[in-house]
Amino acid sequence: MTASPEPAATPTLGVEGLLRAYERMRVIRGVEKAAHDLFLRGLVKGTTHLAAGQEAIAVGASEALRDDDYVFATYRGHHHAMARGATPTECLAELMSKSTGLNKAKGGSMHLTKADHGMLGSYAIVGSHLPIACGAAWSAKLRGSDQVAVAFFGDGATNIGAFHESLNLAAVWKLPVLFVCENNFYMEYTPIQSVTSVANPAADRAVGHQIPAAVIDGNDVDVVYAAVSAAADRARFGDGPTVIEAQTYRHYGHSRTDPAKYRPADELEQWLRRDPLDSARARVAELGASSDDIEAAEQRAAGAVESAIEEATAAPDADPAEALTDVWADGGAAWRT
Amino acid sequence: MADLTTYREAVAEGIAREMRRDKRVVCLGEDIGAAEGVFKTAVGLFKEFGPGRVWDTPISEQAIVGAALGASMTGMRPVAEIMFSDFLACCYDYLANEIPKLRYMTGGQVTAPLVIRTANGGGLGFGAQHSQATENWAFAIPGLKIAAPSTPADVVGLMASAIRSDDPVVFFEHKGLFASKGEPAPPDHVVPLGEAAIVRSGSDVTLVALAYTVPMALSAAERLAEDDISAEVVDLRCLVPLDARTVLESVERTSRVVIVEENPYQGGWGGTLASIVADEGFELLDAPVRRVAAECVPLPFADALEDIVMPTVDKVVEAVRKPVAY
Repeated sequence: MTASPEPAATPTLGVEGLLRAYERMRVIRGVEKAAHDLFLRGLVKGTTHLAAGQEAIAVGASEALRDDDYVFATYRGHHHAMARGATPTECLAELMSKSTGLNKAKGGSMHLTKADHGMLGSYAIVGSHLPIACGAAWSAKLRGSDQVAVAFFGDGATNIGAFHESLNLAAVWKLPVLFVCENNFYMEYTPIQSVTSVANPAADRAVGHQIPAAVIDGNDVDVVYAAVSAAADRARFGDGPTVIEAQTYRHYGHSRTDPAKYRPADELEQWLRRDPLDSARARVAELGASSDDIEAAEQRAAGAVESAIEEATAAPDADPAEALTDVWADGGAAWRT
Repeated sequence: MADLTTYREAVAEGIAREMRRDKRVVCLGEDIGAAEGVFKTAVGLFKEFGPGRVWDTPISEQAIVGAALGASMTGMRPVAEIMFSDFLACCYDYLANEIPKLRYMTGGQVTAPLVIRTANGGGLGFGAQHSQATENWAFAIPGLKIAAPSTPADVVGLMASAIRSDDPVVFFEHKGLFASKGEPAPPDHVVPLGEAAIVRSGSDVTLVALAYTVPMALSAAERLAEDDISAEVVDLRCLVPLDARTVLESVERTSRVVIVEENPYQGGWGGTLASIVADEGFELLDAPVRRVAAECVPLPFADALEDIVMPTVDKVVEAVRKPVAY
């Protein structure tokens, strides 16, 4: 379809890490399916942008990052919130407008945030968070903290001005920031290639800013882990930003009930055969994990999703008192005397 | 009256004072380093604090304001300069969608203690894209605090509050006031956000003004005094928090109010203030609320045309005569 993904490089997650990653991907997949089903039942309102199929990018990156690193995601960001430690229960509760939701039901599906885990938000204006990630990286540099910031974004964001402003600023200021494009080949309903001047929408643009870039298989959690590890090392070493273009595919449509009829059936089928969960499972078995261990991980994941659905469903609705709080740092919303 | 200082010098002084007391304060913007700012409002900062705290940026307004936001969320207190307030439109996503909403939509998980400074307003013949009074652009969005000082001392005092604020503040510096002089700010001068000042007492009419329209209202008050009309002048100093109480208390004394604003009548902040006075001060009034604002056209280039569009002392004087005669 586009340039060949680079082969897997060291370091790798190893059998334990891979099994852990597989279990986390299973949890995310289960939550995304639950979100889809709950939406159809009218229990999730508004809209959702599901990340099923793209789990390896969030989980592989998260495995490569330090706990105090910063992550910025898009409106398709459930996987990033959970990869950084948001619980399935608090995510589903947020989607279901419950007071126990991750954002107290004031954000919804598009704005999942887990700030105390360094997951500093999901942003629903395409590309808007790339400059913000640059700022977090600048802050890390100013404080000498050796933290890195990672902005995850879709292929569509590479045609936004803020993308180009961010790459230039990050290169000029040598910021410890990683730009990770989740290239799922569709800008909403439109093939990205039909609206983009280059084959690899993120990586090919990085060249113009003299930022190193790699096109990788975003459905291979180990490949993502290796690429993000290397880029984070570079950033911490003071060598500046990296662009990683992770090729992937979303299993659901763009949003809500979009059936994604615009995607050719054979293309869909080909990508479903490259399911990141299946390949992680096969790899972990190949590395020597027992089928008991693998099945136990699958059962734990299924159980976590099931209890999250139950807990979120049983949780109290959004607290009306919250509507007029949290505008200002003092917790209030007063704008006049 | 020795040692008056300019409004322009006060901007750099206000920033420098905060940079000395708090290492987390850093500046970023176009031409603010060795060039010391195109309006010379950053004079001395680069020399004193160096390139590690005063950062020149490319012409990338989204990157400037977005980076300020990211830094503010992660332990810094950035002061971003947007050279002309017209250019806020280039990064309006951050003013409209990101900065004011992040705390709310994350359920209070994130704070954004940043300042966006910008040179605002007309009167200098810069034409339609470098002359606008855009404070109403910020005022349209809940979640931004807005300061717009009219004197050098207030510049320093409000800058201190803006930088120390845990909330995002848009700080409008008026181009037409940069050369104006006033008393320097005393040491440790802090003017709280949201406290208006009564800068002239009067009994017949309240003139509510902001930034550039404060000296305009004061001049109008002088002229009106010649006709035995006693005007009280309220300098709002901030739009958010809006000190409506001080305005209502003044109207209680004068029974008449004329709002003098530089932004266009269409969508200007005076409309909100007028509605508050109408809602909560109707029985205090002896005459309809009047607004003197810019005409609803783009700012023209020629001085003679700009005077027709912008509020002027003459227009304020004329506007006051009607409610006083009512």
